[in-house]
Amino acid sequence: MPKDNTVKRKRRSTKLDNIFNIQIILSEIQEEIVSYVRDYGLDPFNTVFELITHDEMNEVASYGGFPSRYPHWRFGMEFEELSKSYKYGLQKIYELVINNDPCYAYLMKSNALTDQKMVIAHVYGHSDFFKNNLWFSQTNRKMIDEIANHGTRIRKYVEKYGEEKVEDFLDKALSIENLIDYHAIYSPYRKRAYYDIDAPEEDEAKVVRRFKSKDYMDKFINPPEYMKEQKKKIDDEKEKRKRFPEEPQKDILLFLIEEAQIENWQKDILAIIREEAYYFAPQALTKIMNEGWATYWHSKIMTEKCLEDNNVVDYADHHSGTLGSNPGTINPYKLGVELYRDIEDRWNKGKFGREYDECTDMNEKADWDKGLGLGREKIFEVRRVCNDITFIDDYLTDEFCDEHKLFVYKYNSQTNQYEITDRDFDEVKRQLLFRLTNMGHPIIYVVDGNYRNRSELLLKHQHEGADLQLDEAQDTLKNIYNVWQRPVNLETLLDDERKLLTYDGSKHSEEVMGETA
Amino acid sequence: MVKRIEKDYARFRNIIKGKIKEDLRKYITQGELIGKKGKYLVSIPLPQIRIPSFRYGKNARTGIGQGDGEVGTPIADGDEALGVGGAGNQPGEHILEVDITLEELAQIMGEGLELPRIKPKGKSTILADRERYVGISRVGPESLRHFKRTYKEALKRQLTLGIYDPKNPMIVPIREDKRYKSWRVKEIPQNNAVIIYMMDVSGSMGDEQKEIVRAEAFWIDTWLRSQYKKLDTRYIVHDVAAKEVDRETFYHIKESGGTRISSAYTLCSDTIKKDYNPAEWNIYPFHFSDGDNWGSEDTKKCIEIITERLFPIINVFCYGQVKSAYGSGQFKKDLDEYFQDKKEKESMITSEIRDKDSIYDSIKDFLGKGK
Repeated sequence: MPKDNTVKRKRRSTKLDNIFNIQIILSEIQEEIVSYVRDYGLDPFNTVFELITHDEMNEVASYGGFPSRYPHWRFGMEFEELSKSYKYGLQKIYELVINNDPCYAYLMKSNALTDQKMVIAHVYGHSDFFKNNLWFSQTNRKMIDEIANHGTRIRKYVEKYGEEKVEDFLDKALSIENLIDYHAIYSPYRKRAYYDIDAPEEDEAKVVRRFKSKDYMDKFINPPEYMKEQKKKIDDEKEKRKRFPEEPQKDILLFLIEEAQIENWQKDILAIIREEAYYFAPQALTKIMNEGWATYWHSKIMTEKCLEDNNVVDYADHHSGTLGSNPGTINPYKLGVELYRDIEDRWNKGKFGREYDECTDMNEKADWDKGLGLGREKIFEVRRVCNDITFIDDYLTDEFCDEHKLFVYKYNSQTNQYEITDRDFDEVKRQLLFRLTNMGHPIIYVVDGNYRNRSELLLKHQHEGADLQLDEAQDTLKNIYNVWQRPVNLETLLDDERKLLTYDGSKHSEEVMGETA
Repeated sequence: MVKRIEKDYARFRNIIKGKIKEDLRKYITQGELIGKKGKYLVSIPLPQIRIPSFRYGKNARTGIGQGDGEVGTPIADGDEALGVGGAGNQPGEHILEVDITLEELAQIMGEGLELPRIKPKGKSTILADRERYVGISRVGPESLRHFKRTYKEALKRQLTLGIYDPKNPMIVPIREDKRYKSWRVKEIPQNNAVIIYMMDVSGSMGDEQKEIVRAEAFWIDTWLRSQYKKLDTRYIVHDVAAKEVDRETFYHIKESGGTRISSAYTLCSDTIKKDYNPAEWNIYPFHFSDGDNWGSEDTKKCIEIITERLFPIINVFCYGQVKSAYGSGQFKKDLDEYFQDKKEKESMITSEIRDKDSIYDSIKDFLGKGK
């Protein structure tokens, strides 16, 4: 959650007493909130709360919530960032929830009691979302064990092959951790855990069948044109089989695991990174929905049930802190919760469907109320089936956009400033969806593992109107080269020109391509 | 048990170590860093190692925002890293920039350059006023209004008067509700320092040379400011004659003609005598030139002033020789030769600054002794 000034409380008794008291008070609060949560019809995992210091919180958060994760310096880097932001008062993490069964939640020890109440209510919102949202249904619910297992495996490799070597490979692998198929969380091959690279190739020699014939009859029984045609067919087929993957594939990590000529421990590292990327993907895919849902429920529970008079101000202060936004950014908490409320309101009043859409009288539309009362039911349905993309696509309305003053901004190179460029609903929606598509990453396919018939790798960037950052793309190609170990190519569009970027192991090159099919 | 994160953190620092020094080099030689943002604020990024990945470039710098404003209204400076849109907030997606104070910058610099802390000479005799916010008062300027306390008071009043309406919870504070932060003044003893910058502005010192002096002076200022509560700076320029100028003039003035360094040293010594009691002040004369002087007679006179009039009262004398196409570089040679086997050589630091890249080493020369 966003920033807050730390609240200092006076110690009334000894430290130990205090901790003990807090534990008791907290478990009382927890019990109280669980009862409200159930009353509202939420269905969270069993949730375990742990109180930790800010230092521990920063550590846990650096590891993405899993203190037993594999060792890597980037977690140390994350730690520095979090610690410094905490130190300079830029931000403070109130809570951290882990998608696991049972669900684990870390609470900051220094939070005031009112904060803890709000945070616990918030956590239950997440816990319910993890359990019931469709996009999480394929995630590993014993991920805490799994990640510890990953950690052990990589530590073992470090022991065996040396820190430098394993770290070098990890550095490269992490460069491509986003090259998975984000929108195919259900796809069958993504579950394939066993990579059989030694499967024998079917290589039975195919020849065109000739009918037996006498010499003088041969050209009638086996007409040369026909024979030629058949031969071509077989050759084509062979050619096609040499091409792999058969279809362009977005899960490039999987392709590399299956096809790259690297050692098994290296494949295992790629597999670990891929597994974790798929585990974290739904969280990024539902950021707006998930935070909105948790915020919706913490504010509901706090304001309707358990807010005592003397902490109204603190609550209001921190709640508004959570929902504050800078002009240049969208706060997912705010957008999410407001959209849920809007949906609830519309379905309560029946502001949907053909009749409503076709109504042209603005006054009538504004006062529209059929008294359906379907709001609550509807938002539960939304939280079950949507992800951020469908959430925005299906439920963001013109009126909402207007009321909440959403706009599109763009970088203006002449003034060196970000400027508001549009408030048009379609444009806002298009831009939002673009941001969310593939989670804001460029869409890259692996097209050919035997490019130019020289075992080179060909990747293709599906251009969606925005160019790649060239220098970084080149560095990434270099890292992929280290995995693939043959020249690596990327087809992309730069300044409206179709280009092939290549790294051949010693240097980068750039080549303009003709129009390709 | 050593915490896991400490190991990863140490690893990260070790990778950066080689790197942070490189980065610092870059900072020190970049002129534009001196253009401070706001008062006393320099924005430096956190050291980060960016793992490269396929991502969108600059022409994709668009996003969605929320709030007021017409089309065309600027919402942020182009150099700021906006947390762009949508899902955002993913690790590694944003570069966090923190505004740090000069003090913190000095700390980072001290760490990077491995500078020792300065042991101030003499006793700290001067008392300075420091304000501290210690309490709450019913009167005060609006700028010090304590928002939460005021709000609470207003809420309390409305509740007791029964005019609080939960359906329309509007809280309007009246004069009696207002609470203000109040402060107390404390006297704290402090150490003071003065830097006297002297620069040769004769024809041979070009813009490039001055730029180097400027960058160097900025970092010296920053460091000494972190070591002393109060820091005065004085500026003296000279060609054949010396005069005191303000900061702006110091860096931009251009004279032609010859060079007589002794004129500056004389003025420096006079200035100290006039304004800075050595018992109360730590005194740092810095002199920058391209090494040309009128002749060996004048150089002899310079050394005389330094040893007899300056050394007894200053902390250390620093001479930085900036390389220029026209300068002979003789002056530093003369100084070094003279002080080589003298016992006062501890108080004399000379450094040659060949180009922007060597500013880093030169600062270390000057400040690395902890004087």
